[in-house]
Amino acid sequence: MVGRPRSPHVTDTSLPPSPRRNVLAPILRMVGVVPFLVFALLFLIGPTLYIVLGAFQRTGGGWTLENIVALNTPSVRNAYWVSIKISFISALLGCLIGFAMSAGAVLGGLPKWVRSPLLTFSGVASNFAGVPLAFAFLATIGPAGLITMWLRQDLGINLRAYGFNLLSTPGLIITYLFFQIPLMILIITPALDGLRREWREAAMVLGATGWQYWRMVALPILFPSLLGCLALLFANAFGAVATAIALTGSSLNIAPILLYAQIRGDVLGNPHLGYALATGMIAITAVANTVYIVLRARSERWLR
Amino acid sequence: MTRILAWVALILGMLYFILPLVGMTEFSLSMRRGVYSLDAYTTILGDPRFRQTFGYSVLMAVATIIFGVLLVVPTAYWVRLRLPWIRPYIEFITLLPLVIPAIVIVFGYIRLYNTSSWLPLTGSSMGTNLLLVFGYATLALPYMYRAVDTGLRTLDVGTLTEAAQSLGAGWGTILFRVILPNVLVAVLSGAFLTFAIVIGEFTMAALLDRPAFGPFMQILGANRAYEPAALAVIAFAITWACMGLIQLVTRLQKHTRAGA
Amino acid sequence: MAYLDIAHLEKSFGANRVVKDFSLPIDKGEFVSLLGPSGCGKTTVLRMVAGFETPSAGAIRIEGKDIVPLRPNQRNIGMVFQAYALFPNLTVAQNVGFGLRIAGVAGKEAQTRVGEMLDIIGLPLAEYGARYPFQLSGGQQQRVALARALAPRPRVLLLDEPLSALDAKVRVRLRGEIRDIQRRLGITTIFVTHDQEEALSISDRVVVMNAGIADQVGSPFEIYNRPATPFVASFVGTLTPFEATVIDPRVGTVMSGGLTMNLGRPLSAETGTAVPIALRPEAVQLGRASGREIILPATAREVEFMGSVIRIRAEAAGQSFLLDTFNRPDAPPPQPGEAVEISFSGRDVIVIGV
Ligand SMILES: Nc1ncnc2c1ncn2[C@@H]1O[C@H](COP(=O)(O)OP(=O)(O)O)[C@@H](O)[C@H]1O
Ligand SMILES: [Mg+2]
Repeated sequence: MVGRPRSPHVTDTSLPPSPRRNVLAPILRMVGVVPFLVFALLFLIGPTLYIVLGAFQRTGGGWTLENIVALNTPSVRNAYWVSIKISFISALLGCLIGFAMSAGAVLGGLPKWVRSPLLTFSGVASNFAGVPLAFAFLATIGPAGLITMWLRQDLGINLRAYGFNLLSTPGLIITYLFFQIPLMILIITPALDGLRREWREAAMVLGATGWQYWRMVALPILFPSLLGCLALLFANAFGAVATAIALTGSSLNIAPILLYAQIRGDVLGNPHLGYALATGMIAITAVANTVYIVLRARSERWLR
Repeated sequence: MTRILAWVALILGMLYFILPLVGMTEFSLSMRRGVYSLDAYTTILGDPRFRQTFGYSVLMAVATIIFGVLLVVPTAYWVRLRLPWIRPYIEFITLLPLVIPAIVIVFGYIRLYNTSSWLPLTGSSMGTNLLLVFGYATLALPYMYRAVDTGLRTLDVGTLTEAAQSLGAGWGTILFRVILPNVLVAVLSGAFLTFAIVIGEFTMAALLDRPAFGPFMQILGANRAYEPAALAVIAFAITWACMGLIQLVTRLQKHTRAGA
Repeated sequence: MAYLDIAHLEKSFGANRVVKDFSLPIDKGEFVSLLGPSGCGKTTVLRMVAGFETPSAGAIRIEGKDIVPLRPNQRNIGMVFQAYALFPNLTVAQNVGFGLRIAGVAGKEAQTRVGEMLDIIGLPLAEYGARYPFQLSGGQQQRVALARALAPRPRVLLLDEPLSALDAKVRVRLRGEIRDIQRRLGITTIFVTHDQEEALSISDRVVVMNAGIADQVGSPFEIYNRPATPFVASFVGTLTPFEATVIDPRVGTVMSGGLTMNLGRPLSAETGTAVPIALRPEAVQLGRASGREIILPATAREVEFMGSVIRIRAEAAGQSFLLDTFNRPDAPPPQPGEAVEISFSGRDVIVIGV
């Protein structure tokens, strides 16, 4: 493929011939990852650190906790609380429904051919987020959406009269589920595949019912994965800005929308408050993801 | 019993997923009163802003993919070959974008690279474009790195490199003629996924004030009724095409591998 | 009457008949092996006994009662799988106690039983009880799996290639231990394997299976020395096959090539018919020996040094003979091409199918 074959001793030149090169070798080897590290520093870690450090600084300089304390206003508190609520509920529902669908496809109950289209569709739907997703739901259950109109005109049910409004917390949750459920299916299916048939059979032969097997073996084995998925889905929803903005404009007071407004127009009247707001978001997603990573490591240790 | 439950779960799930797709399609065809028409699509496709923003986003996606591949493939290769101990740290860095919301990263960009800073990237439109590509590259990093690293795992990188070296190949040749073709499927999968993520991305583009497809869709959504639904259909088709292409290349590889 | 009675068992997957008219009565406390090549239906038989597959036809009775209608968790059968299948989320003690917990045996009684079981398999509770499966070697995991299967005092123990995943040394040691424990507890056992040495060394009886059919059922001695079919003869052990013609069935004289042999027992075949006969390598002697009345000049062709045994292929009377001889440090084996003498007795000739 490349050049003429040469005698094998040519490779020897790549070995360090003198002790001096031996000393330099580890440093030279690092050169290979320098571009990556520089990129990560400049465009990932640096900007984030700048924000986090800014959250603990005064406008004139000097360290302080003032900004964090100043976040404790009803409006900001409410924004975080609504964000956490939406993220948690959509993550929880996403986990439950995604798990049920994946379990149906993997563990029998459903024919084999269901599995592949389900996974393909999940790949598409989990990436169909942001602005167009909001449009799809507006066109369906928005004020003039397909289902809304159908219910009103053909069945005489006025969703609005029942207090349903897509541009609200439940509306946002329903919309988020469109990418939460598929994401759950994508990450829990390998875990369900990891449940070995022999475990179920061993439990059965020892007298266990299907339910006992699930309670004593399968669910404990899956538990770290399930909790980890919950954390991942939570972080996924918590950082979602585009869907929320496209769906509600800026009418809904949630953390990412508040931050968006702050970046555009300093609505909080102090740039350092913006840093603090962003840092709060990182802290929350970081906790969620740490939970995910720790739990995944634990389940992998079992299943080796 | 379980079977019935499974079917019920599947059917309810399918209804939930199909209805919005039906809804948006229906809506996008309803611009003319009383009959189905493609008016919404004609309006969109005829809109010069659509062509400009879409073209811009495609360009950004391609630039992101090229930059991402040039950054990720040599790094992942070198780490596998010479610096296995550093792998967990690199992997941790690549996963950070899942933890740090995009809005926070771009917030940092705006503050760190503004006109009065040491590297005033946002001062010129070229500089801001570059910044957006870097931002997109961070968004794509977790997927790109994982895809390539998994691809490399199935290769015996060490032996392959030694074999190439013994044939007299230099590093450039090894990377582009030996390693890259072998992880091509992984790279392509990562590339299509990146394309799907970048093409409709909103937050970064909007906050950096770039004329991209995502912000255009959002503005249109705030002002029009039927065109947004048409945009949603187009965006869904693009996402589907990207995922389809991933499946296609993966399957093609399986066939060639099995045939070999 | 047999304790565990498998009668006319059939199993088809679609058009594929995997088990064909399989009958096997097993006495209480007996150790029976199913031996056969991969894919011959051994696992399927076992899974029907355990209740994971429903027979297409036939009956499985324990103490005269048909268990086919019972679900696996109602059968009170112990099973050990090839790949251990320990519950990874439970400790060793919890794994062994699983069946007891299900059966509602709790507290001190359960603990004592778990302790006993772990003692039997040589992994004392105090040291191993709190470990997780991933902290054990393969052999240890399989012992725990055995203890787990035995703890609820099952009526029958099923083992599906329990040693295949282990390395050679552990395999040999563990099979002895399994047999020991089985004898001590007196538990009726079916052991599935594709390894003939394993089957022959630990079983009371061996069933040789071929394409879903039980070709031969018998003691290891019978299986090895009196194979009932060409398949059994070729699958179990090594041998040199010959074609022979019956000369006198009453005294058992046959002729093969130019060689007349007296088998020393009457044959059930007519004069002039062809019968397949064979010789085990250990029945042929290098040189002469008392009681081996057929002596032939031969040429050594291949000499394979296998350690304690040396296997030689020699040609004599236009035939090829395999023979085994013990290694002796003071007498090096013949060289290929060397002229030797070989001897054997007509009584050691195996007539296949008789
Ligand atoms: N669930 C099944 N569906 C279809 N065919 C099966 C199934 N289980 C086993 N078989 C087939 O039955 C035959 C015997 O299998 P098995 O009992 O596992 O053999 P063994 O354990 O002797 O290796 C094989 O050809 C196998 O392909
Ligand atoms: Mg088997």
